Amino acid sequence: MASAAQRRIKAISYAKYGYMFIAPFFLVYFFFQLWPLINTFILSFQANKTGEFVGFDNYKTILFAIGNRTAKNVSKNFFSAFGNTIILWVGNFIPQIALSLSLAVWFTDANLKIPGTGFFKVVMYLPNIITAASVAVLFLQLCGEAENAPGAINLLLAKKDDASQKYDTIKFITGVWQSRGVVMFIQTWMWFGNTMIMLMSGIQGINPSLFEAASIDGATSGQVFRKITLPLLSPILAYTLVTSMIGGLQMFDIPYLYHKDPNKVSDNLKTVAVYIYEYFHDQVDPKMGYAGAASVILFIVTLILGCIAFYLTRDVDEIAKKKQRKKLAKQLKQQNKQFGGLSI
Amino acid sequence: MSNMKATYGEPKDNYTASLKMKSYILLGWMIILTIICLLPIYILIVNATRESTAIANSLSFLPGGNLGKNIDKLFKDVNYNTVYNVWIGYRNSFFITGFSTVFTVFFSAMTAYGIHVYDFKIKEISYTVILLVMMVPMQVTSAGFVAFMLKLGLTDTYWPLTLPAIAAPAVVYFMRSYMKSSFPLDIVEAARIDGCTEFRTFVSIAIPMMKPAIAVQAIFAFIASWNNFYTPNMILISSKFDQKTLPMMASAIQASDKFTDYGAIYLALTLSILPIVIIYVALSRFIIAGVALGGVKE
Repeated sequence: MASAAQRRIKAISYAKYGYMFIAPFFLVYFFFQLWPLINTFILSFQANKTGEFVGFDNYKTILFAIGNRTAKNVSKNFFSAFGNTIILWVGNFIPQIALSLSLAVWFTDANLKIPGTGFFKVVMYLPNIITAASVAVLFLQLCGEAENAPGAINLLLAKKDDASQKYDTIKFITGVWQSRGVVMFIQTWMWFGNTMIMLMSGIQGINPSLFEAASIDGATSGQVFRKITLPLLSPILAYTLVTSMIGGLQMFDIPYLYHKDPNKVSDNLKTVAVYIYEYFHDQVDPKMGYAGAASVILFIVTLILGCIAFYLTRDVDEIAKKKQRKKLAKQLKQQNKQFGGLSI
Repeated sequence: MSNMKATYGEPKDNYTASLKMKSYILLGWMIILTIICLLPIYILIVNATRESTAIANSLSFLPGGNLGKNIDKLFKDVNYNTVYNVWIGYRNSFFITGFSTVFTVFFSAMTAYGIHVYDFKIKEISYTVILLVMMVPMQVTSAGFVAFMLKLGLTDTYWPLTLPAIAAPAVVYFMRSYMKSSFPLDIVEAARIDGCTEFRTFVSIAIPMMKPAIAVQAIFAFIASWNNFYTPNMILISSKFDQKTLPMMASAIQASDKFTDYGAIYLALTLSILPIVIIYVALSRFIIAGVALGGVKE
């Protein structure tokens, strides 16, 4: 029995309140995210200084080194930045996924019963929440390579020459592969806990009766991993891979701050994000056009990766079921035709 | 039974023993990983209490007795004070972080509430838009963002650092999922019958009911905003000292050759991560649970 008041309320349209509630989000979104994105596209078609329309010139300069005298350098730097980004990402992703996958499997293994899982999770996630800028400076201090006053790691590893009282230090900051190795280590150190927790919740989502059945059948832990965990975890693994790739393309804080020369980012560590940043943030001669074009290229790469993530994490079973239903419907139709349209 | 024995062989006697062995080996490996995770932070804190020359000459795992002098140097020495002032840094960081966090959770809850409770034409489309926006990384829009802010004259102000927090798609997504499972629409109707206005229903009924979701998202918003180095560095173009956030000051210490006192540098870094570490130690249980729910990966 609906009261009169209830009926009256049902008759009122509340749609306008819906718009009012979501308005602030969309206003802010338009001004601070959507318009800047469009503006980036506009900038990419404009000349650096004058802002006049130049078509695809900026893209040509960056991708094919066509244009003025500096074009070759602009293009070369872009590709080296792209290469650095990929190297740094691959170098941190492989150890990271190996570490977090194995840990996730061990922590969720019902047979092993490792004590203190909660404690280990907390400790391993800790590096992820610490300010990346501070972490970069911290590692610069720890990896210091000065011969008379080395950082903590060189104090441990480097030999001291007794005659000159100087250390034969490892070049953790100026060396090409040494510095890259340190950045990869920092990235792995910061992110493996996060990936591990995500994978753990993925493994816990797998039906436990499968593991039980396998253990009753006498499967070894290796077999369980290869035949059950890995196939059922693969959508989440793929998702982790792609989100990590997108995150890797944005790598900024640590490569930007990890260098010895106070005012110059190390060329071996310059990522695409740093490359873009340096162009639009240049105090003397900002190159908005190049920054815009490089951003759009980065955007397109991210978009492609995002689509792949979406494709990989779609519900495969649901799609297969849909296909089957369609097939059945078709068969039924054909059968109906065979029987002269009579339904059986 | 004898048949089974012929087929499957002897039962494995050492089954539990080998498992136990494996557990111990893994435990050892995890302890090593724990040490790797904690060691850099431990050395950071220990070195903050040691003397500069001692730090340069030897590695120590025991705290030194130089903390007072390091504090004196960092807080009173003019050279250090002009690049790293912990009070100004804390003030600025807490100001930006505080406003961003409140904006993020309040307006995300409001947007999720609007989409969840009301029926209107663009409802589904707006939700799809929000999901799509989650994908666009900050670094892609930053060139256009800075150019736009320059045009508006908003660079070197805190507006572009706090206001954009209102539009946090990932948080809206989280809040919407939470509401779907634990916010029945009958409550809204009951409130209407009692003569409650729509906005008041949201503030005094929906928000208290969503406390758990709001708390988790507030923690993450706080950490993300505190750790943000990219956006403040990009917006505060003339890098006035009065406006710098703590991570900016921590990085500035490295960018200058003037500083040779390692103890003071380590102390400066320790102070810059202190609030985050305190929050983490106090709330780690909720943070880990939040990560496991997914959708918080940067």
